[in-house]
Amino acid sequence: MSRRRLGAKLAPYLLILPGWLWLAIFFVIPTLVMLSVSTQTGDIVSGFQQTFHWRTYVEGWNQFHVQFLRSFLYGLIATVLCLTIAYPVAYWIAFRGGTHKSSLLFLLLLPFFVSFVIRTQSWGFILSDNGMVLSPLKHWHLVAQDFHILATSTAVVGGLVYNFLPFMVLPIYVALERVDPALLEASADLYASSRLAFTKVVLPLSMPGVFAGVLLTFVPAASDYVNASILGGAKTTMIGNIIQTEYFTNLDYPMASALSFILMAVLLVGVFAYARVLGAEDALQMAGA
Amino acid sequence: MTALAGPVLESSLDEAPPVRRRGRRKRGRWVLPLWSWLVIAWLCAPIIVMIIFGFNNTGGKFNIRWQGFTLRWYRQLFTIPDLTNALQNSLTIALIVTVIATAMGTLLGMALGRYTFRGVGSVNLLLFANIAAPEVVLGAALLSLFLTAGVPRGYWTIVIAQVMFSIAYVAVTVRARMGGLDPALEEAARDLGAGSLVTFFKITLPLIMPGVLAGALLTFALSIDDYIITSFNAGSTVTFPLWVYGASRTGVPPQVNVMGTLIFTFGVLLAITGAVVNRRKRA
Repeated sequence: MSRRRLGAKLAPYLLILPGWLWLAIFFVIPTLVMLSVSTQTGDIVSGFQQTFHWRTYVEGWNQFHVQFLRSFLYGLIATVLCLTIAYPVAYWIAFRGGTHKSSLLFLLLLPFFVSFVIRTQSWGFILSDNGMVLSPLKHWHLVAQDFHILATSTAVVGGLVYNFLPFMVLPIYVALERVDPALLEASADLYASSRLAFTKVVLPLSMPGVFAGVLLTFVPAASDYVNASILGGAKTTMIGNIIQTEYFTNLDYPMASALSFILMAVLLVGVFAYARVLGAEDALQMAGA
Repeated sequence: MTALAGPVLESSLDEAPPVRRRGRRKRGRWVLPLWSWLVIAWLCAPIIVMIIFGFNNTGGKFNIRWQGFTLRWYRQLFTIPDLTNALQNSLTIALIVTVIATAMGTLLGMALGRYTFRGVGSVNLLLFANIAAPEVVLGAALLSLFLTAGVPRGYWTIVIAQVMFSIAYVAVTVRARMGGLDPALEEAARDLGAGSLVTFFKITLPLIMPGVLAGALLTFALSIDDYIITSFNAGSTVTFPLWVYGASRTGVPPQVNVMGTLIFTFGVLLAITGAVVNRRKRA
């Protein structure tokens, strides 16, 4: 009996052990190593030494605050646009989808069956200077001959909205789908107009989904660099592009680590503060944790 | 990437959609459907372009203008050795990653869904931080470790990286499934003399299978699609997204469109088959 009780006590630890170890070794420790690298000095030829050179953070911010702020701004605009586009769609599927809900959701998920890079590239192809959209417009002189969409912030934000839209639709849909139709009937019985029923019943109940959607859209959008490098140009560089360049082109590992750390710290602190302030438990749960 | 796709995948694998009474019809009801269909059309636009230009009879390496229909690129699908090799890498890595991450994630999810134990909060926090952390940071951190430890990057570091970002998704999906499980079923099995292994394979595993499958599918999709984290830890090994990204500078050959089309078709057929089979099982 006591052996069985001991086994029951150990069981959860044995179950989590492999996954926990993997995450400890390849997620937690690397983050600490990155912190350590960020305060080292030296170069790739003579090697890097730990000198606790915290100034790299100041230098990093001074040198790249434009890209940091641009990334947060793009992320913010993309998130707001996603929310505006996604909410009506989620609402329509949840309340008017009838027997076709699964099929409609499936249509929204179709982009996930095509590689992220190919999708983004396909947009680059559609919007290119002499592509299928701009060529006819230029031919009919509807836009100036040197008009272009690629390499503008519109193209980059557009790409972000496109790529992360499903992350906004799904959690809002899940929240709306849980709204009991009886609540709507009750509000109608109590003579609430449909607008009032929406603002007083449906909207508040869907807020956890909105919170989760904002979280799932903002973090990847602000830290993305694929859209900026395929659809953008020199004036739309995001912080992800800089981190990548510092690692692979400039081989300045301390700077790259410091920039990654600033990005992670800002985003994670933001995420946790956000989750705490706005309906903590529900938002976290909907975000899948 | 797709935290929410897990539960959705699972529900499409698991149950037929509930039927709900239609609301009263009013004027202006066309606005929402019109908007939604426009959004769906917009989401599908680049996919349609990708499929169409896989049939483009283009002359050179560039696939920009429509020059007539051909099936040539389907016949010459594997004529670019580097691209073929990249696709092979992607497929084998995705398989390996799926097996490892599903196994570890399932165990984690079971522990979290079943037991309350000391430290459960910190494990949940670990999973949440892993899902919430930006991809570029996950990739960069792991690269820092490999650089510091002098580990050469390549095929296996890609596997390590992808398992690292997949475990949490599987765990979360399986944990959700465990939540709906009646512990009495396992107790009954044990009372009837089944050992813990037998109970696991005969009772628990079949019951949480939809969650495990959804987690595995999600992992496969995340793995085959990943660019950012993989690019940080790939060394000179090239996967399909990495090759396509590299080619975007110089011009993407039509074979990429064909491969994209085939992967897309296969994925869609698989999902539809899964949904149909499940609906029939229920009926």
